[in-house]
Amino acid sequence: MSPAMATDGPALAERLLQQLERAGGGGLGSLEAAAALGLEHQQLVGAVKSLQALGEVIEAEQRSSKRWELTPEGKEIVQEGSHEARVFDSIPAEGLPQSELMKLPSGKVGFSKAMSNKWVRLDKNADGGPRIFRAVESVRDAVREKLQLVQQGEAESLEEKDRNELKKRKLLMEVIIKTYWIRKGSAFSTTVTKQETDLTPEMLASGSWRDLKFKAYNFEALGIMPESGHLHPLLKVRTQFRQIFLEMGFTEMPANNFIESSFWNFDALFQPQQHPARDQHDTFFLQDPAEATDFPMDYLKRVKKIHSQGGYGSQGYKYDWKLEEARKNILRTHTTAVSARMLYRLAQQEKFTPAKYFSIDRVFRNETLDATHLAEFHQIEGVVADYGLTLGDLMGTLREFFTKLGISQLRFKPAYNPYTEPSMEVFSYHQGLQKWVEVGNSGIFRPEMLLPMGLPEGVSVIAWGLSLERPTMIKYGINNIRELVGHKVNLQMVYDGPLCRLDV
Amino acid sequence: MRSVAVAQLSDMPTVSVKRELLFQALGRRYTDEEVDELCFEFGLELDEITSEKDIISKEQGDGKAESASDIILYKIDVPANRYDLLCLEGLVRGLQVFKERIKAPRYKRIMPANSDVQRLIITEETAQVRPHAVAAVLRNITFSKDRYDSFIDLQEKLHQNICRKRALVAIGTHDLDTISGPFTYTARPPSEIRFKPLNQSKEYTASEIMDLYRTDSQLKHYLHIIENKPLYPVIYDSNGVVLSMPPIINGDHTKISLNTRNVFVECTATDITKAKIVLDILVTMFSEYCEKQFTVEAAEVTYHNGKTCIYPELAYRREKVKPDLMNKKIGISETPSSLAKLLTRMCLKSHVTGNGNSIEIEIPPTRADIIHACDIIEDAAIAYGYNNIQMTIPKTYTIANQFPLNKLTELLRQDLAAAGFTEALTFALCSQEDIADKLGVDISSTKAVHIANPKTAEFQVARTSLLPGLLKTIAANRKMPLPLKLFEISDIVVKDSTKDVGARNQRNLCAIYYNKNPGFEVIHGLLDRVMQLLAVPPSKESGYLIKAADDSAFFPGRCAEILAKGQSIGKLGVLHPDVITKFELTMPCSALEINIEPFL
Repeated sequence: MSPAMATDGPALAERLLQQLERAGGGGLGSLEAAAALGLEHQQLVGAVKSLQALGEVIEAEQRSSKRWELTPEGKEIVQEGSHEARVFDSIPAEGLPQSELMKLPSGKVGFSKAMSNKWVRLDKNADGGPRIFRAVESVRDAVREKLQLVQQGEAESLEEKDRNELKKRKLLMEVIIKTYWIRKGSAFSTTVTKQETDLTPEMLASGSWRDLKFKAYNFEALGIMPESGHLHPLLKVRTQFRQIFLEMGFTEMPANNFIESSFWNFDALFQPQQHPARDQHDTFFLQDPAEATDFPMDYLKRVKKIHSQGGYGSQGYKYDWKLEEARKNILRTHTTAVSARMLYRLAQQEKFTPAKYFSIDRVFRNETLDATHLAEFHQIEGVVADYGLTLGDLMGTLREFFTKLGISQLRFKPAYNPYTEPSMEVFSYHQGLQKWVEVGNSGIFRPEMLLPMGLPEGVSVIAWGLSLERPTMIKYGINNIRELVGHKVNLQMVYDGPLCRLDV
Repeated sequence: MRSVAVAQLSDMPTVSVKRELLFQALGRRYTDEEVDELCFEFGLELDEITSEKDIISKEQGDGKAESASDIILYKIDVPANRYDLLCLEGLVRGLQVFKERIKAPRYKRIMPANSDVQRLIITEETAQVRPHAVAAVLRNITFSKDRYDSFIDLQEKLHQNICRKRALVAIGTHDLDTISGPFTYTARPPSEIRFKPLNQSKEYTASEIMDLYRTDSQLKHYLHIIENKPLYPVIYDSNGVVLSMPPIINGDHTKISLNTRNVFVECTATDITKAKIVLDILVTMFSEYCEKQFTVEAAEVTYHNGKTCIYPELAYRREKVKPDLMNKKIGISETPSSLAKLLTRMCLKSHVTGNGNSIEIEIPPTRADIIHACDIIEDAAIAYGYNNIQMTIPKTYTIANQFPLNKLTELLRQDLAAAGFTEALTFALCSQEDIADKLGVDISSTKAVHIANPKTAEFQVARTSLLPGLLKTIAANRKMPLPLKLFEISDIVVKDSTKDVGARNQRNLCAIYYNKNPGFEVIHGLLDRVMQLLAVPPSKESGYLIKAADDSAFFPGRCAEILAKGQSIGKLGVLHPDVITKFELTMPCSALEINIEPFL
């Protein structure tokens, strides 16, 4: 095959390079290059792309240009003349019945145009029905002439209103074509050498890599993801919270007891037996094992007394405290039950030593479920027990804790909790929502809770809690909690999740 | 903490007040932001700004809301122990005292001449059903539409909160001029009680009344309180007119109206302490509209044993707290007189005594929530302003320790992910079917703990295996490319009679491989890797080994028991086709589940 005829890859690319050599330093446009080489523009673009892949052989700058082209109907008119001209030509000197004229391919369109051009006339009263006659000797087919100009690439010489008229008649269309302006590259050569895809051990052994050309990499494509397992986002956040507590010197409480007695979950916390939280609607009670059997009885008696009669400077709740209510087993509703056990244990030490505790574990609520609430979720809790702790200490501790979470703007609101007094809700300013949102709940445990345990009088215990799910949902932008927790999790989300860095 | 940040169903009651009425009562106007700020400082939360029209159109659609009022309402969340803030009257009083615009009123009980005192006699029959009652009279009161609505609304709020949906206390209010004392609080068989209930057109027996209200959206919730009792509580006047059948419904005869001038209030109860509080709150709030403002006429209640009590108690209690203690607990250093002033702003009238060493605080009958010095200290802190307190860091020095089981779990999780398995997080609660039927086991052979009051089957039991959760996770992710390799390290729960609560958690590790081939060797390899991580060698004597075993969850001949540390720690194998199908899966699957606690 002679080079002039070559349209396949390398040969075509070389023809383009030769053309570029002839064009000199200014370069050339892909449209004119295609015309000069007698190729379809698309074929030339293919050659440009294959040359680009070789590296610096050519430089190609993409441009887009508008061009007027003929529609298929427009091309037909260039060949055969306009419809109106064809109508004119088909009428003999003696005229033609209108009905016959209308049967011609260009009849309908051509007739009305020819009428408005006043090339033909209609005699309605002729013998044998309406008849069409030529109205002039000869005509000049301007439409065809204009379209011929467009075909010759001279659309710009037409007046805009003519172009628009032809466009409206669907004879012309404006197309946008992507073209290239091609220049010589720094490694320009008129011949194309074969390129290696990648290094091989043989090339290394022989040293041939020194003389070979390598195909350029496409750095815009993505790589192949490494095969790996992934940690669950909620538990990644849990790890970070554990880390924060450990950094702050807090010891982890054993919270691996989902089943708790009402005694430790409520009574020990001075939560009265008629409290709504102890209702069937809010708490999961157990059918089997229905009751707890073993309690520290001295302590239990003190708890009973503080509820029913008061003491330690308290009025108490003055109601009939019942052991059977305290015995009822439940799924713990908060990890504060674990804190109560730990504080009781702390109080049993011969000499009190200060303590800082934390836990992050599951709690259960028999509540109505929706997009942000499940029957089980994770609670984060921190507790500090020492002599002379103040409300200011609680706020200071919270400030340090939340700073580590990347939350700096805090505000405290008075609140009510049955087992803390004072109690404060913690709010932080959410930049996205442009408002203060609740981020935690806190307080100082009531003396009615601590003193029956046997903790010394001057010891205060500050505590705070929040959920693990909420900060996680905010962190990872999850709206439906079921996509995060439970079996309906979206595994793709787990695969794609970023590191958990709470403070950035 | 119960109402942790998640705000899982806050226990807070919400009070809605008309904005105009609030401003009128406060004597000035505020912007919504100022109201929000004021509420926040005081421990309230302006939850929503709305109107009846908004509420109805949200709940029932725009069409129904057309005729509703578009007067602006503030919905304010009130702490659950502040019954004195549950109505406009109390809210305004609290805020005005807080802002030092008025002094807290002093509530006074007035004894009428002996012959005029209203008497309520409690008969012995009430003992088995609802043994207590208290009463009082609001004399020469002037209602308006708004006041009347607030009076009714406060009763409803009290019923829902401190009265525990009328189980502990039920309130009845009556037009005293339609009845004549002494009144008798007794209990009778339902067939013998007959009267016209509130807003009904004819008389019914008590049994008929119960049937009548079985479908009533409000009252049906209270029927259970007395329904199965042989005797129902009822209050009669001296002519046999029924005042009420607590805790269900009042009689129509004694209905109060805008024109009522004298109100007889009775509260029947199973908890006398709460009954006294409820009565005190209701009368202190609405004695504002009596001719002699903030006075309440006493009533006498006589028990069948002859014991006589005068109500309302309206008791003022005095407490002494050292200013030093207050400063120390809050972390501030205010003078005693300034602390006394702070407390007075919280309706706790206080003054300095004993050479400045002590503050004497008078606790009014409206503040039943003050039961300990710590409650007083909290009020001082609120009045001082929480956000004005200097933040400090406690000097408490401690060395942190991790809980060993969690430490091990954290380490294993990392390496299981590094081994190519992805972590799942499944629910601890599930259906019986999940842990029994679907695994080919009878529920009675599991050591599962059972939940008494699940709202749906999803919460029947605590899981005894992590496997069902992982299988359900795969079922929900069947569109994901294969293989699916999942793991979870979390707690299961089993009955254990050696524990105080009769059950314990156990930390398990479960992993699963789901692909077109069963991949037993993959799961087996994972077991080998886990043992490697735990530094347990494959050996009969001191290491681990697996040996053939039977388990209904696994395909026969494709299941082995895992022995380590001298005990069986779990099983691995190819899952039984029935199990795969029951979990709505279509590919072969192998799994491993072990207890990791022996490796501590």
